[in-house]
Amino acid sequence: MEKSDYKNIHVFVEQRDGVIQSVALELLGKAHELSADLHEKVVAVLAGYQIKDQAQMLIEYGADEVICMDAPELKDYLTEQYTQAIYQLVMEYKPSIMLIGASTIGRDLAPRLACRLNTGLTADCTKLEITEDMQLASTRPAFGGNLMATILNTEHRPQMSTVRPGVMQKMARDNSRKGDIIDFKPTFDESKFKVRLVKNVKEDKGVVDITDAKILISGGRGVGNKAGFDKLQALADVLPGAEVSSSRAMVDAGIIDHCRQVGQTGKTVRPNLYMACGISGAIQHLAGMEESDLIIAINKDKFAPIFGVADLGIVCDLNKVVPLLTTRLAKEIEK
Amino acid sequence: MNIIVTIKQVPNTNVIKINPVTGTLIRDGVPSILNPDDASALEMALQLKDKFGAHVTVITMGPPQADAICREAFAMGADRAILLSDRKFAGADTLATSYALSGAIKTLDYDLILAGRQAIDGDTAQTPVSLAQHLDLPQVTYATNLDYDGQKLCTVTKETEEGYQILEVETPCVLTVLSSAIKPRYMTVKGIMEAYDKEVEVWGADKLDVDPDRLGLSGSPTRVKKSFTKPQKQPGEVFEVDPEEAVEIIVKKLKEKHII
Repeated sequence: MEKSDYKNIHVFVEQRDGVIQSVALELLGKAHELSADLHEKVVAVLAGYQIKDQAQMLIEYGADEVICMDAPELKDYLTEQYTQAIYQLVMEYKPSIMLIGASTIGRDLAPRLACRLNTGLTADCTKLEITEDMQLASTRPAFGGNLMATILNTEHRPQMSTVRPGVMQKMARDNSRKGDIIDFKPTFDESKFKVRLVKNVKEDKGVVDITDAKILISGGRGVGNKAGFDKLQALADVLPGAEVSSSRAMVDAGIIDHCRQVGQTGKTVRPNLYMACGISGAIQHLAGMEESDLIIAINKDKFAPIFGVADLGIVCDLNKVVPLLTTRLAKEIEK
Repeated sequence: MNIIVTIKQVPNTNVIKINPVTGTLIRDGVPSILNPDDASALEMALQLKDKFGAHVTVITMGPPQADAICREAFAMGADRAILLSDRKFAGADTLATSYALSGAIKTLDYDLILAGRQAIDGDTAQTPVSLAQHLDLPQVTYATNLDYDGQKLCTVTKETEEGYQILEVETPCVLTVLSSAIKPRYMTVKGIMEAYDKEVEVWGADKLDVDPDRLGLSGSPTRVKKSFTKPQKQPGEVFEVDPEEAVEIIVKKLKEKHII
């Protein structure tokens, strides 16, 4: 392998049922920033079936070029099909960096691909930078968020990293951006297709994407029960763009669905306002929300670690504060 | 039926402390545990053992102290335990770790390999998938349920962000298991007694089917450049007030920040 042969930042564009996932656009935004330091192109790798009409959008979100792999084998994500296709693309186009979203798809694909390419992979990065000697420095949390580590892959290419949804920010869509759209036809070894997708079930468990919410009213152990969460929901209902989220304790207790969980084993969020109600602030929880623009914490325990990251802390009984606040804000917003 | 379960000893990250002066982990007094997802993978294997009479081997890579989780696996019902322990494995990243594991597993008979989704110290979820690649086996990750037909066919439920998938795959294959899906059994008193009479096989690098250059640090493409504790954010103001005052303070803040 000749390192100098490898150029450009490739971003794997995750799609589900032909819908481009937000994490892909977030990575394009980050790649666009990195490309300014690296002086290399941002290439979106779009894989799927009958999806080429979406390529232009990727350019408008930061790609300089799109390589499109359109094949019936790539309609639904399956490990081997996607690994074969992207492996061939990497061997042909030789990117220096490959970024993949750390979703259930990306975390299935990236290690398989990295291992087949005999290269390094850094999972769930929260920060990506280009060093002075033009290496990718990937920073990620370890030990439950207690420690951060910056990781390099100096001798192997591509340098691969995954990033969780919601961590990076999309760039503003720019309709005037232009770029090339290239077709790439991988060949498939079907004898290796050993996993069959029988069905893909989308559960209507009131699934909301809390990573998209501008305001999160988040509850923890202090909220106590379902009735407590109803109070938080009432507050969320008066604030436009607000959703209810929670800490792990409430998910484990079966009170709130997993899709609303914030933290290391839930989602990473960065809303304009994160209101933590009765959340003590375990480090695993903080890892998922501390990048929020404004954090307001309400907790009876003045020693709760959540106050360490809050911009405003209120030591008080949330069960009294939240209903009063709901009434007051309803009036304020009506004005 | 032979099942291999990959396991890892991890520090209990819920009770970890950081030395504020040096910014390093304080490992003293932090209990080491069997990684939770791995315990659930072992449980899935033991349920197949109960139903089909499978032979369950656990395998781990780590320092000699990792003997403890092998004994725990015995006490839960594992039949055989292999500990890969050699200074040549030191400094391995996920690629080199999975390579070493694959070199050991290649010398064993197996139908099914079960692994935890990820370990709570690194949270990467990379080692089992890389292991599947090294062994050229199909994989299904994020498994919450396995229906095995007793012959070859595995029907696996996989958790996704939107719901779940049902996937079919034949053995041999690698599945990674979620701890939220399957609760590990307790060790039995009899199991604990017997666990100390059983032998944990300790294997060095020379026992594996591997290229020694691809082990440990020399086989690891990634390097930790630096590790550090997160810079502490400057905490904001904290008010200990009655509910009416609290509402006033919050509303003022929301207006100041143009939230309302």
